Formats: sequence, structure tokens, C-alpha cells
Amino acid sequence: MTNNLSTDNLTFECETGNYHTFCPISCVAWLYQKIEDSFFLVIGTKTCGYFLQNALGVMIFAEPRYAMAELEEGDISAQLNDYKELKRLCLEIKQDRNPSVIVWIGTCTTEIIKMDLEGMAPRLETEIGIPIVVARANGLDYAFTQGEDTVLAAMVHRCPTETLTENTKKHPSLVLFGSLPNTVANQLNMELKRHNIEVSGWLPSHRYLDLPHLGENVYVCGINPFLSRTATTLMRRKKCKLICAPFPIGPDGTRAWIEKISSVFGIIPQGLEEREQAIWESLEDYLQLVRGKSVFFMGDNLLEISLARFLISCGMIVYEIGIPYMDKRFQAAELALLETTCKKMNVPLPRIVEKPDNYHQIQRIRELQPDLAITGMAHANPLEARGINTKWSVEFTFAQIHGFTNARDILELITRPLRRNQALGTLGWSQLIKTDN
Amino acid sequence: MKLAYWMYAGPAHIGTLRVASSFKNVHAIMHAPLGDDYFNVMRSMLERERDFTPVTASIVDRHVLARGSQEKVVENITQKDQQQKPDLIVLTPTCTSSILQEDLQNFVNRASLESNSDVILADVNHYRVNELQAADRTLEQIIRFSVEKARKNNVLNTEKTIKPSANILGIFTLGFHNQHDCRELKRLLNDLGISINEIVPEGGSIKNLKNLTKAWFNLVPYREVGLMAANYLQNEYSMPYVGITPMGIVDTANCIREISTIIKNQNPDIEFNTEKYIDQQTRFVSQAAWFSRSIDCQNLTGKKAVVFGDATHAASMTRILAREMGINVSCAGTYCKHDADWFREQVQGFCDQVLITDDHTQVADMISRIEPSAIFGTQMERHIGKRLDIPCGVISAPVHIQNFPLGYRPFLGYEGTNQIADLVYNSFTLGMEDHLLEIFGGHDTKEAITKSLSTESGCSWSPDGLAELKKIPGFVRGKVKRNTEKFARERNITEITVEIMYAAKEVIGA
Ligand code: SF4
Repeated sequence: MTNNLSTDNLTFECETGNYHTFCPISCVAWLYQKIEDSFFLVIGTKTCGYFLQNALGVMIFAEPRYAMAELEEGDISAQLNDYKELKRLCLEIKQDRNPSVIVWIGTCTTEIIKMDLEGMAPRLETEIGIPIVVARANGLDYAFTQGEDTVLAAMVHRCPTETLTENTKKHPSLVLFGSLPNTVANQLNMELKRHNIEVSGWLPSHRYLDLPHLGENVYVCGINPFLSRTATTLMRRKKCKLICAPFPIGPDGTRAWIEKISSVFGIIPQGLEEREQAIWESLEDYLQLVRGKSVFFMGDNLLEISLARFLISCGMIVYEIGIPYMDKRFQAAELALLETTCKKMNVPLPRIVEKPDNYHQIQRIRELQPDLAITGMAHANPLEARGINTKWSVEFTFAQIHGFTNARDILELITRPLRRNQALGTLGWSQLIKTDN
Repeated sequence: MKLAYWMYAGPAHIGTLRVASSFKNVHAIMHAPLGDDYFNVMRSMLERERDFTPVTASIVDRHVLARGSQEKVVENITQKDQQQKPDLIVLTPTCTSSILQEDLQNFVNRASLESNSDVILADVNHYRVNELQAADRTLEQIIRFSVEKARKNNVLNTEKTIKPSANILGIFTLGFHNQHDCRELKRLLNDLGISINEIVPEGGSIKNLKNLTKAWFNLVPYREVGLMAANYLQNEYSMPYVGITPMGIVDTANCIREISTIIKNQNPDIEFNTEKYIDQQTRFVSQAAWFSRSIDCQNLTGKKAVVFGDATHAASMTRILAREMGINVSCAGTYCKHDADWFREQVQGFCDQVLITDDHTQVADMISRIEPSAIFGTQMERHIGKRLDIPCGVISAPVHIQNFPLGYRPFLGYEGTNQIADLVYNSFTLGMEDHLLEIFGGHDTKEAITKSLSTESGCSWSPDGLAELKKIPGFVRGKVKRNTEKFARERNITEITVEIMYAAKEVIGA
């Protein structure tokens, strides 16, 4: 749209951190489904339970493999013995469900009262004979998807050490980290296999008992932008080598991701460019809808940079990328790709706002009148009532968005409000509030 | 510590937020970690609210833990004061602030010096009260604060209106069918020639609370929220209140009679033809009285039902089923443990047993033991019903989005009686149709035993016994199975054959 690029480099701003997002304990919702033999015990209060109960919706009624250990007044004032209490509950879980692992999720309350979960877990583990993994996924320190990061980082310690034996493989071991539905994980495995790259394991695996082998000669690569602690832990604790690549979200991202991995293994990928091209062509009907349209990311799940980069590739203009937390090292390759994408598409670099302030963002949305705001549910309906198209951001964390195969799904989500409002467009009632307030 | 999978009533701060955000131009600031503003999502989704929910958080994070939250809280309050100029800011503590033990009241005092808005600290303790109790308290607190302020400033309106008038207390956001009930109550009062003075908190303005005392009386439709405020107004300003929930034909009439008594007490000259109105409405406006005489309802006589919900709805529903429809309520229960005595008294004589619990597994066990033909409960009971193949009508929070209907569905007043009659009838007929289909082989063959929440019996069924069991219509099959097994167990019989079944039937009528 314009030739004069605002800046040559990305700029980062930081606001007040008054924004809406999910509590990181929500990772329980998808992790208990992913790790089939696990049980998640969230040690917290009614507040945590209420959030999970409402956020998980109908899943709650399907006997999920998660529960609250609800702290009562006696637990807070230390009248009750934490160790004994946890032991009682974990034995109950063992008896009812017999999981292969119990994951304790520490919450704000366990942080504040300094309950020593890490200290108690090993003792209890030997006493009851079930591994206990501790993850502090609380709202004091983290936002939404970062919950998964804390759980996976804790699981790294449980991965067996790679035994240095057979060097029959064409390349060193490659372990991918990040929780994906099994079908999507298989798709990515197959995508790499086309280029003779074998994935030797995933963290998490779909069973706790199948955690991947890790060690000095293992290369690791992340598939989601919010996994920086896991990456650090893999490098520091298991001496793994991190492949820092853009994330396989969108055909551009997937290609760059494969290219980066290939280059590390000295492989020259064949036919990758054509494959990407073919995917883009298959998306043409959606691309026609989005080209030239503008987007505003309010920011709540850390997928924002990758999604914005993909949407810019699609021909959209991104005004602002709100993001809860920005790890510039872990996302370095993704940020670089964002920059080159902007230059290639000849659009201004978006502003990246860390720890955004929702109140100020709404003022900016009012001014900019973007064609689409990607936002949490707290703001979606009020914005729609004011004539702003919105897409509920949480859907991106639950939908299948990785790899070549699923690029269409991202655009399906993005264009849904546009298509819907196109259908209703002629009716003439897009402003549905009484006064402008 | 306790293992919990599900809860009926939410944490305290939810109650406070529901009340505060129901008022116009009141802003709530939660003292909470990032992620605890999930209330905004619920309100925006369930109520399909068009406006931004007036709730923000003063976020408790690592820095706050290290340095205390004083500066931040004060700053957030004053900022909100400037940004949105609310009439009142309610600082809302959460479970986190309960254990941080900071002097929030002190922050509030400081912030109110610097703001134009009034600022108060919600007086709720996470570990002592639940969502409903907190809502009741917060409503009282806001009313007390505003009324006292008005009195100090000499602007309190204590002169009664010329015509009889009422305040409705306790209609608020995310309440079960509250919006519809409110409309129905307005209509009812209007029919009686009573004008509405204030409706609080939904859509009410803090500035208008000084007029509360102009009303002749307060109407508190729900037991859970509003009573504390009504009591305060009664004690301080001698305002009488009506606390009878006008749900069902009989109680709607009782409520109207009580209103007329109160009005006549204040002005005996007022012409008030209560009985004629009640009679007209009962026989011709509401269809429920006629419905209970119609042969449809005859078919429901003596059918077993289980009722569970908040105190108001469960008690009213129990009485409607038993008294107005001739249905046998085998068990009535509530999760409002704090109000157990009132509940027991209300349902006494209308049900076989009472269950007071907030543990949904106890409710599930009770239902699978009783095997009623229909359940009237919350979203949780609906799911229990699904598992057991028992139809369920939803009569109380907690609920999902489908219980925030766009169409007009009050539970109170005369239109409410129609809605309830439909709900009851549909629940039972659906169940009946299902059984008839099964008797006449309309369904795909299901496994003989689908109801298996009860524990394993320890006896086995011989093939011919099982075949016979399958012939028994679905709606009694579970009971026959259980009784026969009990019969066999008592006699140390391990395999149940057709003969054993017949023997059991003769002995215990299984
Ligand atoms: S933010 Fe803290 S208290 Fe709130 S739900 Fe999350 S862990 Fe629980």
C-alpha cells in the first residue's frame, strides 16, 4: 500500500500489562488429552477451579483426567500438613485412575504461601510409586500458552538420556518439542521425511512412558513460539543443540522451518519451493478475501508474531502486534522472517507491543478502524457491536494451524468474520450500540 | 485440601463483580493475578453483552509480591477514575489478595482522596463466602454506602411516593433468567397499580440510590441476593420487604397478597382488589392451573422427580411439582449449604427427602439410586441425566449459554407459570416417548443395562435371565435389575436365571 516503510528495523514497545488473557493453568485442557496416560492435579483455589470449569466447558463432563486439589483455609494457615494432604489425594488418584504420571500444577496460591512442591514431589513419588512432575504455571509469572512451556520444561528432566550407540542414521537425532494433536505431529513428521529427515521423538509424546531420548548429540527444534523455557532447559540441562527456526505456521513458515532444519543437517531440500507454491495457489480463493485488508492483534497467546508474518505474506497489512511476552532470542528467526516478509510485500513494519494495555489498544482500534481485530472473548462482542470485525484469538491455539496442510484452516478462521459480515453486509446494521461510548 | 472436579457456586469475587458490573457506571478493579479476569469472558459470552465489561485488574505479579501493591492499586484506581469517570469504583479482593494480607482498605482511602469517583473495598473473604453470599453482601454494601452518603449530604429522599411504589432488589448480570423475570415482575406490579421506584442493581445508577427510600416497600424475588440489603433498609429506614418468590401459581398469589397487606398497612384507603386479580390471572392468563387439571397432567400423577439447584429455584420448583402438578418429588436438594435450614423448612411436606450438598457426585449417586422419571436441576444434573438416560429440565444456575435465551422466558409471575408447565411437561413426555419407542422396539437394540453408576453387584446373569431382562421396558429395567440382584445377593445366589427373576418379582415386586 505504501512505499515508504516506517522503519527499517522492528521496534518494540512495552505497555502496562493490563490485558486480558487466559491463566496458564489452561494448558491442562489440551495437555491431558495429548498425554494419554497422565493426570493433572492443579493445586489451587476455587478461583482456579472456576476458571477451568468454565473455560473447558463441556470437556468437564467427560471425566477428564484432571482435578483440583482445592486449598482450604486450613491449608493456607498451615494448620494442615501439605505433604500428608497431597499424599492422600494422590493415592486417591492412583486408585481411581492409575496414571503413569501425575503432573502437579502450582498456582498463585502455592507460590505465595511458598508451598515446596518441588521438594515434596520426589519424596511422594518414591512413596506412592508414580512419577510426579511439578510445573509452576501460575498467573503471577506467565500468560496462557506459557503454561505448556512450564510443563514441558519440567518434563525435560524426565526424558531418558540418549545412549551413544548406532550411528547408522543419516543425520543426528532430531527431537521436536511442542504439544500438537497426533495427526498434525504426523503431518510434520512426513513433511520432514520427504527430505530424508527422521524425527526421532516428540516432547511431549502421546504417552508419558514414551518420552524421547535426549543428550548432547540430539538436535531439538520448537514448533511453537511460546516454548522458550523448554528450549533453554533442553540446552542447559540436556545439552541438546537448538535449531532456531521460524515456526511451521503458514506455508511460508513451514518452508522456512524445513529449510532451516535441512541446512543444519547439510541437506538440500528438493521440491520445497514448488510445494509451497502449490499451497499458496490452493489458497487463492481465501487470499482474494484478505488481500489489502488490515489486522490488529491485541495479543494474548504468543502466536501473534508467526500469525502476523503469515497474514502479511497473504497480502494483509498488520497495524499492531500485541504480545504478552517477547523472547527475542528464541523468536529470532521468526522475527527476521517477519522483517523480510514485510520488505518483500512492501508494507510497513508493524509495531510490536509487549505487555499491552487493552484500554489503550481499544482507543487505537477506534482510530485505526482495522478490518479485523484478533482478540480475546472479553472484547470480541463489544467490538462487534461497534462495527469492528473480530476473530476470537483462543481458537488459534485449539485449531490445527501447523504445516502446509493446515494453512487453509488458519485462513478459514481469519476469513470467517469477513465472510459472515459480507453475507450480512447489505442489511445496514453493523453499529449495534445505542450511543457512542 | 479436597479433590474437586466441579463446583456449583463460584468464588467470592465473581459475586462482587456480578453486582458491581450490573450497575451503570460502576467500575470494579480486581486485585488479582493476570488471568483472573475470566469474568469478562463469561459476561461477554453468556450475556452476549454489547458493552465492555467494566472490570479491570490491578495485576499482582512478581514485582508486586516483592514490593507490595500499594502504588499500583492506587495508580490503577486513579487512572480508571480519569479514563472513565465512573460514579463508583469497587476494589475487589480475590483469593490471592486474601493471603497477601495487604491493607487494601488503606489503599482505598488513599485513592479516594485523589479521585472524583467514590471508592470502596468489597468486604468479602474468599475463604469464608461463596459467589452468592458475596453478591448479597456487596449489594448491601453498595446500597449502605450510597444511602449513608446521601443522608450525610442531606439529599436522601425519605418522603414516600404518592402512589404505592416498589424497589426490586437482586436482579443482576449472569443471573438465571433474571432479565426475563424482571420484565415479568414489572408487569405484575404494574397490573396491581404499583409503580417501580428503582431496580437494583441491574441497570441501576448509584446516583439514584438516594431515592431508594421513596418506595413503599422492597421486593426481593430471589433468596440468594438482595435480602441483606432489604434487611438493612428495613432496620434503618423501616422499609418493609416481600421475600416470597412469586414462582408457581400458589406462591405468586402469596406474594401478591403479602404486597397488598404491606400497602394497606401504609394506607388503608387504597382500593386493592387482590383476590379478583389473582383469580383472573390464575384461571385465564396463566395456563398452568388449567394444565394441571387437563388429562396430560393426569398422566404425570405420582411420577418420580428429583429437584436440585439454588435454594430459591429448587424450593419453588419442589412445591410446584408436588402441590400444583401432583408429581412425587423423591428428593429435593440445594447446594446453598449456608441456607440449609430455610430450604428444609420450605420443602417440608413436599418431598420424601432432602439433600444438602455441594458435591456433585453425591447428587449423581442420589439420582442413580432413585431413578426418577425426570430431573429438574442445573447444567450438572443435565449431564448426569444424559449419562443415565433421564430427561432433565434446567431450573437453576450454574448454566450454559443455551440458558440465556433470546426469547422471553421468565420463571416468575404468571407467564413464568406457563414456561414452567412447558418445561415440566416436555421433560416428562420426552422421557415417556423414549420409553414407548423402546417398548415397541423403535430404538436400535441397546445393551440391556445402560444405567451403571451404581457399584458392581457381584452376581452374574444367565443368558436366559439376560434375555428376559431385555424384554422389560427400559424405564423400569434398571430397577428390576437392581432389585433382582439384591434379592439374589441376600440369598447368596450367584447366577440369575429367569426363575430367580420371577421369584424376586413375587417376593419384592421387582
Ligand atoms: S491466575 Fe493464579 S489464582 Fe488465578 S486461576 Fe490462575 S493460578 Fe489460579
